[in-house]
Amino acid sequence: MLRLTKARLALLFLLLALPLAQALAQDWIRTGTNRGAPIRLAVPDFKAANADPQTGPLNAVFNETLWYDLENAGVFEMVAKSFYPLQTPGSPSEIKLDVWGNPPPSAAMVAFGNLGVAAGKVDVQGWLFDPKNPGFPQVLGKQYKEDASTDSARLIAHRFADEIIFRLGGGIQGIAESKIFFVGTRGGSKEIWSMDYDGAGQKQLTHMGSVALSPRISPDGSRLAFSALTKDSWQIMMYSLDLGRTVAFPRFGGDNFSPAWSSDGTKIALASSMNSGLSEIFLADSSGAGAKRLTTGKGDVSPVFNPKTNGQIAWVSGRSGLPQIYVMDADGSNVQKVTDQGYAVSPAWSPNGLLLAFSWIRNYGPGIPGSQDIYLMDIASRQIVQLTHDGGRNDFPSWSPDGRHIVFQSNRGGTEQIWSVLADGTHLQQLTRQGRNTQPNWSFK
Amino acid sequence: MNYSKRNWIFFPGMLALFLLVSGCGTKKPPVPPTPPSPKPVTATLSANPSSIQRGQSATLTWSTENATDITLEGNKVDASGSQTVSPTQTTTYHLSAKGSGGTQDATAQVTVAQPQATPTPTPTPSLTEEQLFDQSVKDIYFDYDKADLRTESQQTLARSAEVIKAHPNWKVRIEGNCDDRGSTEYNLALGERRADAARQALQQAGVAAGQLHATSLGKEKQVCTEATEDCWQRNRHDHFVLVH
Repeated sequence: MLRLTKARLALLFLLLALPLAQALAQDWIRTGTNRGAPIRLAVPDFKAANADPQTGPLNAVFNETLWYDLENAGVFEMVAKSFYPLQTPGSPSEIKLDVWGNPPPSAAMVAFGNLGVAAGKVDVQGWLFDPKNPGFPQVLGKQYKEDASTDSARLIAHRFADEIIFRLGGGIQGIAESKIFFVGTRGGSKEIWSMDYDGAGQKQLTHMGSVALSPRISPDGSRLAFSALTKDSWQIMMYSLDLGRTVAFPRFGGDNFSPAWSSDGTKIALASSMNSGLSEIFLADSSGAGAKRLTTGKGDVSPVFNPKTNGQIAWVSGRSGLPQIYVMDADGSNVQKVTDQGYAVSPAWSPNGLLLAFSWIRNYGPGIPGSQDIYLMDIASRQIVQLTHDGGRNDFPSWSPDGRHIVFQSNRGGTEQIWSVLADGTHLQQLTRQGRNTQPNWSFK
Repeated sequence: MNYSKRNWIFFPGMLALFLLVSGCGTKKPPVPPTPPSPKPVTATLSANPSSIQRGQSATLTWSTENATDITLEGNKVDASGSQTVSPTQTTTYHLSAKGSGGTQDATAQVTVAQPQATPTPTPTPSLTEEQLFDQSVKDIYFDYDKADLRTESQQTLARSAEVIKAHPNWKVRIEGNCDDRGSTEYNLALGERRADAARQALQQAGVAAGQLHATSLGKEKQVCTEATEDCWQRNRHDHFVLVH
């Protein structure tokens, strides 16, 4: 197994993004995100299109959101604003391409535009220009119009950012409109919350009044499965995002934990003690019908599908002592133990099916104050790299839809909060600050 | 805009870097100069008294030689010293001393005698069933990440079984709990094993299966929140609830 520094991990990430290097280096961790050399992107603040009193504040929200999305996409080198010319272009007629393409900005791409509020609508025009191609500089030209509100300004920024990322980031859909679901304690009890991928718009979804754990959003984003403590047992609950309330899901015997969706939305895997009194992995239709047992466990929990094939399930078992990660075919056959030391929990399968993120107390034992960190394993080669290094207990990794980011919980700041990081270990961000927040789950799209 | 071309231009450099990175893994360690042979590390740990009643204290005394890194139960301590502990259950303390001469471990056990077993209280009209249950069906405690019943837990469960059998109308919920150091979902599975261990023991002692319901609370219902071995131990327990 490898021990890699953060710098080397970043280098590895960069290297393996190259298609040929990928082919040559099959025993290395591949993120599959197609990341080439970062593109130098300049994003001057959008120009206020008019003097409406709402224009200024909404433009500020828009500019902040657009910059955050692009900076955190993991595909750009953002050109520092101190290099920008004083005159801010608000439209194609106002941009001087040579000034942006030459030093000091030396931008490979410029995103610019204008925002104005009129008659209760916010109107945004945005362009993406290639300053090195003066004959046909326009790569993108978009216009957006929504009811004037802070949320609309953020939404438009997310959509424009996703267009740019899709165009320049190797054809992978952006994640600016994705959501993160998590367990929050702000209301007193543990309930399921949701937020935008950047931590904005945090809101409470469930009001169980007991304990709600392990939120898992369905692939189409319409339903959220979770586990809740009822009067005398844990049951899988289903929350409809469309209806804004819990909807029917079968009650099983015993305790039922940690639901997981197949990426086609047709199956749910879960851990249940309905059979033996001990927690074992079951597979059911997404309606909850036809539950059948896949493992005979001694503490089996936390199943997750390989989202690329839905043909494999990774999970955690205490059958050999301390918990370890196992992988099996989705019919329960071909069981393999993929970790062999320490305390390994919370597997999360990358969207491309190649990597498992998991939480690991690698060096475990009396007298060893081992830290609990997030690691990535290349399933095929079993190569492992360490993603977090900064102390605390780090747990429950979940992949962004583009496979470029990982969200996780950490108590590095004192209390358990949700953090996100690029899969190469850079761009660490704290997303929650109030109460205690755990078990993040990133939407499929 | 030719980004794929950009990759090709970068490729020779990248390949060189790649080889550099892969090369690191095979680098031979430099041959160290022969060091003066380090003095052996010694470590002793004792508990006085080694057997206490619940609620009493014992003193742990330790000494080490030639060690630079000494931990007691994972906490850094001086080369020698003493510390007062008051465990609620029989506990094995672990001293680890590391130095250039190696690592030496020492352990000492403090045995906690359970309070004098009160003779199984005979139900009297003055005692409600709830009071009788609380007095006679006691929590049992577990080692870290374990669901095996300790000897004293087996004795506790045997006494509980007698009382439960005498009240066939009772329904008892067994709640398996864990301390807060493990992971949330795995602790739910571990709590399940702890509850199931008690359920099986009670059934083997003759309690009807229909009287028992086992469930896990994982680490969701902590009885204390301090980061001390004493508090963690109190949280690693099966709790019994009379649900009628």
